[in-house]
Amino acid sequence: MKIAVFVKQVPDSAAKMTVADGKPNWGDAPLVINPWDEYAVEAALQLAEKHGGEVTAVTVGGEGAKEALKHALAMGCSQAVLISDPALSAPDSSAIAHVLAAAVKKLDGVDLAIFGKQAIDSDTGITAAMTARILGWPALTLVAAIQQLDPAAKTVRVERGIEEGRQIVDGKLPAVFSIAKDFGEPRYPSFMGIRKASKAEIPIWALADLGIAAPQSKVSWPEISAPPQREVSNEMITGGSADEIAAKLADKLIAEGVL
Amino acid sequence: MAGKIFVYVDHFKGKAMPASWEVVGAARKLAGEMGASVSAIVFGANAEALAQTAIHYGADEAFTAEDASLMDYRPEPYATLLSKLAKEHQPEAILFSTSTRSRELAAMTAIDLDSGVIPDVIDIKNEGGQLVATRPIYAGKLLSKVVCKTRPQVLTLRVRAFGKPVEDTGRSGTVTKVPAAMSEAEIPTKVANYATVEGRVSLGDAAVIISGGRGTSNNPNLTPPAEITDEKQKEIWRAQQGFKMIGELAEVLGAAIGASRAAVDAGYVPYAHQVGQTGKVVSPDLYIALGISGAIQHLAGMRTSKVIVAVNKDADAPIFKLARYGIVGDLNEIVPALTKALKERLHK
Ligand SMILES: Cc1cc2nc3c(=O)[nH]c(=O)nc-3n(C[C@H](O)[C@H](O)[C@H](O)COP(=O)(O)OP(=O)(O)OC[C@H]3O[C@@H](n4cnc5c(N)ncnc54)[C@H](O)[C@@H]3O)c2cc1C
Ligand SMILES: Nc1ncnc2c1ncn2[C@@H]1O[C@H](COP(=O)(O)O)[C@@H](O)[C@H]1O
Repeated sequence: MKIAVFVKQVPDSAAKMTVADGKPNWGDAPLVINPWDEYAVEAALQLAEKHGGEVTAVTVGGEGAKEALKHALAMGCSQAVLISDPALSAPDSSAIAHVLAAAVKKLDGVDLAIFGKQAIDSDTGITAAMTARILGWPALTLVAAIQQLDPAAKTVRVERGIEEGRQIVDGKLPAVFSIAKDFGEPRYPSFMGIRKASKAEIPIWALADLGIAAPQSKVSWPEISAPPQREVSNEMITGGSADEIAAKLADKLIAEGVL
Repeated sequence: MAGKIFVYVDHFKGKAMPASWEVVGAARKLAGEMGASVSAIVFGANAEALAQTAIHYGADEAFTAEDASLMDYRPEPYATLLSKLAKEHQPEAILFSTSTRSRELAAMTAIDLDSGVIPDVIDIKNEGGQLVATRPIYAGKLLSKVVCKTRPQVLTLRVRAFGKPVEDTGRSGTVTKVPAAMSEAEIPTKVANYATVEGRVSLGDAAVIISGGRGTSNNPNLTPPAEITDEKQKEIWRAQQGFKMIGELAEVLGAAIGASRAAVDAGYVPYAHQVGQTGKVVSPDLYIALGISGAIQHLAGMRTSKVIVAVNKDADAPIFKLARYGIVGDLNEIVPALTKALKERLHK
């Protein structure tokens, strides 16, 4: 099987965010692979281990985004590609999706394009479905489990995590997946993997290599701000027995009108 | 301008997501400002009835499709039909409530229409026909204004961020039936069936959420049954007694039960309960955090709750900074006492 997995580099989830010069600033917090994309890599590797084949990790970003690819390589991906082009300034999700769809075509013969659920910086969660639509492939999003996959017959049955539980869907390959957390915890990079990744040559593709011009962004973000400070007047409830404290709290909650 | 605003009515097997009506309300308000009309779009089971309800909540008209191929939600036939309708009617905007279905449907429809998507919006201003949306980014640590320059402007609205309109059963409007846009043979997927997930909870639209963290297992006074010998299993057993106690309080308040990631990862409760950056983002009227320290990733999922209550043994726990009411104490004592106090007061 030929699998492409898409990863993004993002500020660590513990980063304290501020706005500097109108842009998000994460201070000295590290940049890491998007946590949801680790699940996507895990799913890709499990499938390759089971059915044979190779996994290519792909990212769109600056030179620094290679670190996310190295994490994917260290987890066990066979190769990685960085897509970087100065013409891609402030790309929105649709622009990224057009680039990723072109990358899938260039990789040629991809059976599965696997995405994370959502990027934790932009919190959009739409790139997988957009890419599927551009490719004309079925979008099997929020995959929580793969019940069956037959690379020869090109059939797949997945469980999708939805609000109401699971939707079990039969689809055909090639397809786009996004992976939900229920899939299972991603592996840690092995020591050998980290060594291999640190030596890996990561090719850089420009848009010309993909045979496309810079896709037009439809959406822009004219202003980024820190959320208004929440005015919480803290009140600690103290004194007396647990029953007395609980009674005070109960009265206050009823007075708040939230029950 | 006499344009239209489309509202996609999200439902599961004919039962509407309550947030769909919030979106109808938001669209009604925008339509007033823009001189536009509101068209509800309902596909699949029970579409006729849901269309009427949408009209009661503020839609001017509705388009429905009840073809057999649309009975189960699938993104391909739904997106294809939605974009076909949008091409015919050229709406200024298509609004959805944020859900697993809407995110992908919005994404695919936008690609078909060569437009963009603004997901999970918490506020919309109309500036002369151009919508200026506000949405949280970086798990709500920052806010971003976002505009879509192309048409239609495709937005999904965060659940509970827009008020629910009043239902007016006197309102009426035309309902137009439309045929499916894809034949069954053209649809690349089939829905085999559905499965319920253990511990499934409707956290998203709950007005009250009570969450337990790692602290729920800290009840040394409880002795696990003798057959449990493994330390880890003992811990889980203790936590489950803690969550049972939380369940009783939840029962009194009609609340949903949430959890921290630590509680989920330790196996106390299933992932469906997790609140936070890699769980659910919630914004209830009341959020009670029990034995949760308040890590930044947890706060990301609940910080916009109206009233936050924290119970924690550690007076320095960061959760107290966000809490309207804090109690420094043992949840094993406070929770049963609170259940009792509220039962009395709410006459349950
Ligand atoms: C990429 C990433 C994503 C993450 N996503 C999430 C997420 O979505 N949601 C999430 O919650 N976390 C998330 N986390 C984890 C987060 O960083 C914390 O580890 C987690 O929230 C801690 O859970 P906790 O508060 O239950 O446990 P702890 O931090 O261990 O806190 C337990 C608390 O219980 C108190 N306590 C103990 N016993 C009692 C008692 N008897 N009575 C009262 N209080 C008691 C203690 O004082 C302590 O404050 C994420 C982390 C990463 C790296
Ligand atoms: N710049 C990027 N490069 C590679 N993959 C990306 C990029 N942005 C998003 N993705 C993929 O799309 C998924 C969803 O992202 P988003 O729609 O931005 O929330 C991510 O989890 C990644 O798998």
